[in-house]
Amino acid sequence: MLNIPCPYCGPRDETEFTYGGPSHVTRPELKSTDLEWTHYLYHRENTKGPYRERWLHSFGCGRWFNVLRDTTTHEILKVYLMGEPGQSIESVR
Amino acid sequence: MGQVYRRMQRYSLLNVLKAAPRANTGWGPAWRTPGLQRSYDVVVIGGGGHGLATAYFLAKKHGVRQVALLERGHIGQGNSGRNTQVTRSNYFYPVSSSFFDHSLKLYEGLGRELNFNVMLRQGGQINLAHTLHDLEVMRRWANAIRMNGVDAEMLSEADIRKLVPILNMKSRYPILGGLIQRRAGISRHDAVVWGFARGASAHGVDLIQGCEVTGFRKSGDRVTAVETSQGAINCDRVCMSVSNQSSVLAGLAGFTLPITTMTLQAMVTEPIKPILDPCVISGSIHAYVSQSDRGEIVIGGAADVYNSYRQRGSLAVTRGVLAAVLELFPSLSRLKIMRQWAGAVDITPDTSPIMGLTPLRNLYINCGWGTGGYKAIPAGGDTMAQTIVQDKPHPLIGAFDLARFERGALVDEGAASGVAH
Repeated sequence: MLNIPCPYCGPRDETEFTYGGPSHVTRPELKSTDLEWTHYLYHRENTKGPYRERWLHSFGCGRWFNVLRDTTTHEILKVYLMGEPGQSIESVR
Repeated sequence: MGQVYRRMQRYSLLNVLKAAPRANTGWGPAWRTPGLQRSYDVVVIGGGGHGLATAYFLAKKHGVRQVALLERGHIGQGNSGRNTQVTRSNYFYPVSSSFFDHSLKLYEGLGRELNFNVMLRQGGQINLAHTLHDLEVMRRWANAIRMNGVDAEMLSEADIRKLVPILNMKSRYPILGGLIQRRAGISRHDAVVWGFARGASAHGVDLIQGCEVTGFRKSGDRVTAVETSQGAINCDRVCMSVSNQSSVLAGLAGFTLPITTMTLQAMVTEPIKPILDPCVISGSIHAYVSQSDRGEIVIGGAADVYNSYRQRGSLAVTRGVLAAVLELFPSLSRLKIMRQWAGAVDITPDTSPIMGLTPLRNLYINCGWGTGGYKAIPAGGDTMAQTIVQDKPHPLIGAFDLARFERGALVDEGAASGVAH
């Protein structure tokens, strides 16, 4: 079970949270091609290693935030707020 | 028919009797362990059920002489050895139904085909309805399955009580009825892997274990060689059937996939006497239960919620699945859980697989099986082998191509994993 440090409430069990999938997915321009639109709709970063994702503290403060987590170890490397630029393993170390 | 390189030692009553006086010491290894050649007609990446079956049919049915199967670890140690062994074909859409029923039919003759007992037991599979809404949806589902030419029957509460006496009919999730596919069942997953490995090897496929793919050499939109931990291998065609590692390998080849890798858990209890013939699934509360031939109660549930390559599940999900199972089967409450494990599964947006051609001309893909790839092993191998040889999708898998996401032609198969989506 993950112990997720909510930036507003502190560390809590994963059962209090809802998973929101990858962070920093940007909607393409209206004039985008079908292929670009397909990638936006369906293709996902499926990183093996440090992965940027969104979590919602549903049974807590009810707020969204970003997490940089290693998908091979489940280690949470960084928690950062919505609107902040995407973090990477290099920016954390 | 491909040339049989080394005479396969047949498993038969006669050979068992012959081996008996020698205390069974005369059995040779089930497959060869050849060295890696520098060049092959087809390289199959991934030594799980799908990769092995593809290699088997390439060599046996299409007579392809030079086939290598590369496996990073040992064959059958990924999801092929971690699933819950269920085979069924009760799918909603005709394209799914025809593919999965082809697979079930191949399973029905697989023991004979491979000369290896895969221990198929067609005890049926029951989906439980807990609400009137469940019942309505199930009737529609049953009609669709029958229209597809596959067996399905609605069951009343009394029918279910007779078939599965240990079910708690008046629980927090009252059972109002259900749907059964009687031809569904379970088989032994290791036997399927070993049977295909042995068959493939006998027909000349080089099974190379401990060989990890590290990159692809390309010329334009073609792969010319596969780079591995044991050096580069020149090849004409490449098939990728690597389940949870598909995004990683596709990345090495230079394209992306609509796949998310997540964790799916399963567990077994200590063995007990036979009490459960069919596999019982409750989609509403995300649990499925069957009893293996060894007597263990095999339990599975929903996938863990977040991306993971860890092959290790969350205790919160284990607890949720077990709570649901015990509500349905209170008499199992005193059993000990003997083993609990997890696999990393490759989930697609529409829960249907991705099979066939890729942006690279001679690279073929077979992935996206998510929580239900085991039942598709023989048909996956059969159809992929033909797709590779003919360089066009087998008619049964045309709808499951990678380009369907661009066309918007998703096959949104809620029946894929047997649980609600």
